[in-house]
Amino acid sequence: MPEPKTAPNIANAESLKKMYADMLLIRRFEERAGQLYGMGLIGGFCHLYIGQEAVVVGMQAATKPEDQVITAYRDHGHMLACGMDPKGVMAELTGRSGGYSHGKGGSMHMFSSDKKFYGGHGIVGAQVPLGTGLAFANRYRGNQGVSLTYFGDGASNQGQVYEAFNMAELWKLPVVYIIENNQYAMGTSVARSSALQDFSKRGVSFNIPGVQVDGMDVEAVEAAGKEALAYCRSGKGPIILEMKTYRYRGHSMSDPAKYRTREEVDQVRETRDPIEHFGKKLIQRGVATEADLKMVDNEIKQTVIASAEFATTSLEPGPAELYTDIVI
Amino acid sequence: MSTQILMPALSPTMEEGKLARWLVKEGDTVKSGTILAEIETDKATMEFEAVDEGRIGKILVPEGSEGVKVNSPIATLLADGEDASSAAAPSAKPEAPKPEAAAPASAAPSAPKFEIASDPSLPPGTEMVMTTVRDALRDAMAEEMRRDELVFLMGEEVAEYQGAYKISQGLLQEFGARRVIDTPITEHGFAGLGVGAAFDGLKPIVEFMTWNFAMQAMDQIINSAAKTRYMSGGQMSCPIVFRGPNGAASRVAAQHSQDYSSWYASVPGLKVIAPYFAADAKGLLKAAIRDPNPIIFLENEIVYGRSFEVPKIDDFVLPIGKARVVKRGKDVTLVSYSIAVGLALEAAEKLAADGIECEVIDLRTLRPLDMETVIASVKKTNRIVTVEQCWPVCSIGTEVSAQVVAQAFDYLDAPPGKVTGKDVPMPYAANLEKLALPTVDDVITAVKSVCYRS
Repeated sequence: MPEPKTAPNIANAESLKKMYADMLLIRRFEERAGQLYGMGLIGGFCHLYIGQEAVVVGMQAATKPEDQVITAYRDHGHMLACGMDPKGVMAELTGRSGGYSHGKGGSMHMFSSDKKFYGGHGIVGAQVPLGTGLAFANRYRGNQGVSLTYFGDGASNQGQVYEAFNMAELWKLPVVYIIENNQYAMGTSVARSSALQDFSKRGVSFNIPGVQVDGMDVEAVEAAGKEALAYCRSGKGPIILEMKTYRYRGHSMSDPAKYRTREEVDQVRETRDPIEHFGKKLIQRGVATEADLKMVDNEIKQTVIASAEFATTSLEPGPAELYTDIVI
Repeated sequence: MSTQILMPALSPTMEEGKLARWLVKEGDTVKSGTILAEIETDKATMEFEAVDEGRIGKILVPEGSEGVKVNSPIATLLADGEDASSAAAPSAKPEAPKPEAAAPASAAPSAPKFEIASDPSLPPGTEMVMTTVRDALRDAMAEEMRRDELVFLMGEEVAEYQGAYKISQGLLQEFGARRVIDTPITEHGFAGLGVGAAFDGLKPIVEFMTWNFAMQAMDQIINSAAKTRYMSGGQMSCPIVFRGPNGAASRVAAQHSQDYSSWYASVPGLKVIAPYFAADAKGLLKAAIRDPNPIIFLENEIVYGRSFEVPKIDDFVLPIGKARVVKRGKDVTLVSYSIAVGLALEAAEKLAADGIECEVIDLRTLRPLDMETVIASVKKTNRIVTVEQCWPVCSIGTEVSAQVVAQAFDYLDAPPGKVTGKDVPMPYAANLEKLALPTVDDVITAVKSVCYRS
């Protein structure tokens, strides 16, 4: 008689469940942010990350504590994945004193030196030289840190990106350039804006290797992230990861997204949703039960509700804050 | 318990909108992401998604309704097992909680005053050494690099070439290629790289071969370096020095002859320094490198070769933000900075022969501006002429004059005079270039004018 079948190999069950929870936190947080925006509690620009969750969660799962993260303005997901407190992030969105920047930065400008999150930058492409500078600092100090520098398919056409690529390869700086290709630079599709649509090849003329990754599959992202980080840590210089992903919502809250069909969005949601599909995989593999996932969902819902509660009751910054933190 | 679905604001300015179309009906089950309705704003038709899951109870606002106020209930959402009839009728419009500021926000507070130390008094008998501005700048960098391992220099031709204007002579030999770094000709990129390194705590000195080329890097200087401390609520710091020659050189025409003083001086989050004398160049550059803020350090190519006395003491550091009275006088205050200090001094000497005693103030720092020193002088002389190479519109002199008029109007015996470069792009032809730049005669004419003398 054969041995009873043992439980499937779930050695990494905890880390898999954590990735699921991290993605779901971002999804629920962003949905709530969208709602608060609708209520007029969040102002200005607000760029939601819904649909792209697997990219940052998979990459964070591959990092070490010494690695830095920097991105542009679709940044709430990156902050949460770096371990920043949802309350502080949400309160910054509502412009309150309890926010990470005391209400002076807003959605696009938040930082956490503790969590090595370097922003939160509102100018398309500006974070690429900055992230390369973080990598330069790692090299200068002789530590093992790697800079994870995120930007989109739109930013990939900015000149300063290539100035940074050139110096990164020239000086063999430890930086992973993560191109989140969600296929639309605001309302302009990649096909209408980019002469070379395979973004993994954007480093070819600098000798920077590039890899295309299914950015809707958190495990594929994590695996690619681990390889890329190992490459950088071994002193070989920068590497590009093109994440094929998709954003469900408009570019910002005031974008009606008429440049694509609802069918296109629905089709991605149904066939490639990073959270839904990963959840099903976890159940199939016996890593988690449906009840487990429901519990995770409930816990996250409470976390997000608490963050919204904090963000709507935290005081606005006092008038004296107007003149603080300019120069010291 | 049923919850209300509220009319959303779908743009920063939306106050009401049209509920164009319902995409769900009463009794439909929805989950987060389900599109509930189409809403027309003043700009576009937008889709409106559910955030919570549940079943649509009652639709309170029929499709086609116009002028639906933001935050008013448009439908009810039932939880599992709940009956539509049990759903409470919509109560008054739920107010979004109104935050209260920690203190009354009626009037904006006034900017805090900055306090600046005075120049250190030199020990009696301090030896003074004639030094070029070029060498003073080099000595400042070398001393700070010896003192602090985190300080490094990067820029075009700063290392092997020894500096396009030889400011970094010998630094590569002393500090090596790790700390003295030749960059590609990519100002936007290496300025941003320097800012990123400063975010991580390094203390970069970024040399622009001239400030004309820094326009390529303007976004990184203003948006990334100057604003990040504020935008981060004080968490982030950007201890970086951007330096290089500013203003007109000689016969290099419009694109290579611009003075950026007032551009940078208008930006909160930066400190801007524009010295003339070698001692100030040294003492202020050392202070700039130690300062935790982004610094714009404006040098001048013509001045690089001029020699002045520099005190021979260890660690000569000057306070940023402090002007200096370089010549005492009782009749007119001349306020100047950078290369124009030379013009002011020369004019003062000639005017003395005519019996007019000028007090000459070298601002040294343009942001923060030391108006205290200027006002004190004007209260004594009752007349002021500003002298600079900058264009006239929105120049530093314009700002100084405005502040003098506001703060010392009753002390003035004449309207402020202003000597600047002419309001033209720099011409190439030798005669025209000469006409475009301010001269000693321009200063003399302006001083006589405020003294009502011809």
